[in-house]
Amino acid sequence: MYKYDHYDQAIVDARVEEFRDQVRRRIAGDMTEDQFKPLRLMNGLYLQLHAYMLRVAIPYGTLDSRQMRMLAHIARKYDRDYGHFTTRQNIQYNWIKLEDAPDILADLATVEMHAIQTSGNCIRNISSDQYAGAAADEVTDPRPWAELLRQWSTFHPEFSYLPRKFKIAVIASPTDRAAMRLHDIGIEMVERDGQLGGRIFVGGGMGRTPMIAPEIKDFVTSADLLSYLEACLRVYNRHGRRDNIYKARIKILIHELGADEYRRQVEAEFAHVKTLGLDPPAAEYDRIAAFFAAPAFDADAPDAIDRSDPDFALWVDQNVAAHKQPGHAIVTISLKPAGGIPGDASSAQIDLMADLAERYSFDELRVTHAQNIVLPHVRKADLHAIWMALADAGLAEANLDLISDIIACPGLDYCSLANARSIPVAQKIAARFASPERQRDIGELKLKISGCINACGHHHAGHIGILGVDRKGTENYQLLLGGSGAEDASLGKITGPGFDEDGVVDAIERTVEKYRTLRTDGERFLDTYRRVGMDPFKEAIYG
Amino acid sequence: MKILTGNDLKTGAVTWWTGEGWSIHVEDAADVGEHGESIAAAEEGARRVNAPYVIAAQATAEGPRPAHIKDRIRALGPTVRLDLTLKPADPAVGEWVI
Repeated sequence: MYKYDHYDQAIVDARVEEFRDQVRRRIAGDMTEDQFKPLRLMNGLYLQLHAYMLRVAIPYGTLDSRQMRMLAHIARKYDRDYGHFTTRQNIQYNWIKLEDAPDILADLATVEMHAIQTSGNCIRNISSDQYAGAAADEVTDPRPWAELLRQWSTFHPEFSYLPRKFKIAVIASPTDRAAMRLHDIGIEMVERDGQLGGRIFVGGGMGRTPMIAPEIKDFVTSADLLSYLEACLRVYNRHGRRDNIYKARIKILIHELGADEYRRQVEAEFAHVKTLGLDPPAAEYDRIAAFFAAPAFDADAPDAIDRSDPDFALWVDQNVAAHKQPGHAIVTISLKPAGGIPGDASSAQIDLMADLAERYSFDELRVTHAQNIVLPHVRKADLHAIWMALADAGLAEANLDLISDIIACPGLDYCSLANARSIPVAQKIAARFASPERQRDIGELKLKISGCINACGHHHAGHIGILGVDRKGTENYQLLLGGSGAEDASLGKITGPGFDEDGVVDAIERTVEKYRTLRTDGERFLDTYRRVGMDPFKEAIYG
Repeated sequence: MKILTGNDLKTGAVTWWTGEGWSIHVEDAADVGEHGESIAAAEEGARRVNAPYVIAAQATAEGPRPAHIKDRIRALGPTVRLDLTLKPADPAVGEWVI
């Protein structure tokens, strides 16, 4: 894991003191809310439905047990004993007091964490593959590149007031576990002729105008990566619209310019930027990469797993993934227990996950964009002990990528932008499909719910997506089918008229049952949908 | 009726204008008639409230009930965590919101 040097620490410490003074001035009346609001947002502090909400950055979703315990401490001391892990691999606290915010940021700074650039029209937290450093199919560990981008983008003077917020994802595997092409910039690290570089996709995103990012450059050498990204951002900063918030994202610019013209302008800018010496020397990259060296795996770790306990075996089959190191495995801890709130974890659960990481996973955890937690480096021989501990804490749900592993935004229960509640819908769907046997029979089915058009719940990318809208003061839910955030990225299509809360659950059941009658051997829901199209499902849903 | 709501500056807690001050209980809210905007401006200027706005509400025997579900959720708390609402022991509290 990356460790702050004195520059990183000084930056974060200075920001804490700056914000402490800003809060003091706001409470004393030396600043109006109009003056203060952009300052608090730059520190991740929103005003939501019930209180202030603090969004804490978890760079590329990676953290250690010390940091995880700090997240539990903040939940316990300053909030209501829980936190909400988000689709940007961050954590949010929903009940923060303004007067406590500087102390919270000071506590975070003691473990090399902060809330900088978790809001505002700047480059947000860099996201990445939660299996980084553990997946067998990656060409390199994407995290050193994500860390390099974190350092480049933190307080970047040119990119602190972009036309709109800007999200970047870095992966290094042909399997996309980070919804890479639904980012403003998606980078896939690849090897070409023995050389490492990146495929660059620009202009993806969800929200009210969802788009899949087109490939803008098929290969940029790693030595040119920062300069190329700088050029991408500069063209956006120059031409992105600032007159209309709904047309301000880079996806709109590229759509209007055309990918070819945008690419031409980026290439011209890149030719100039490359003369500025922005890219770090190899030694600096090596310094960063050294923090992400593989841990000292047990070369003699046994490969066999005792599957005599059927519940344990079920969990292994569903929530444990192959690791590149023999005798090891990747564990995903589901934060989607039956009846629970997707992404929520109590301080005790957060502490437990920290303990398990420290004891069994080389002190590492990852937050996934699907709102789960990963222990990336676990000995197979320790899986049973981990499962037992998780089960005691209500964290052993064996539902990864099944219909109850639902992404849901906070929705109208917490969010001031939302038009409808997301969480109760997720809970009703999970209850309807509660049977583990039924879920496994249905197979992989990624269901994603957003409570408004901003799409924080990634509904456009759900195999089944749900969008909550406000219809004359009443919650109404539109159903979408056929989306994917994976390497086969696609956008869901609306089935037709919307439903009330119970109606949308019924509609999903009819959709799933139709799939079961149509599927061929081995076909996932998404495969069947793509083969047969919308019509059979529409008929099943609306009759 | 029209009632005035906002958030407490220091704590962020949802508050309601009572005619004399601010309460966290919506049943204490007073009808502000056409004076909501001027009260909001004065109270915000005095830093007793943050981001105030006027909403429509129905007068009921139990007190004002905000017309829109968003404000009813603000008044009570999250419908999915009744233990965190202002009335955690009231089993009917969810029905009031929906």
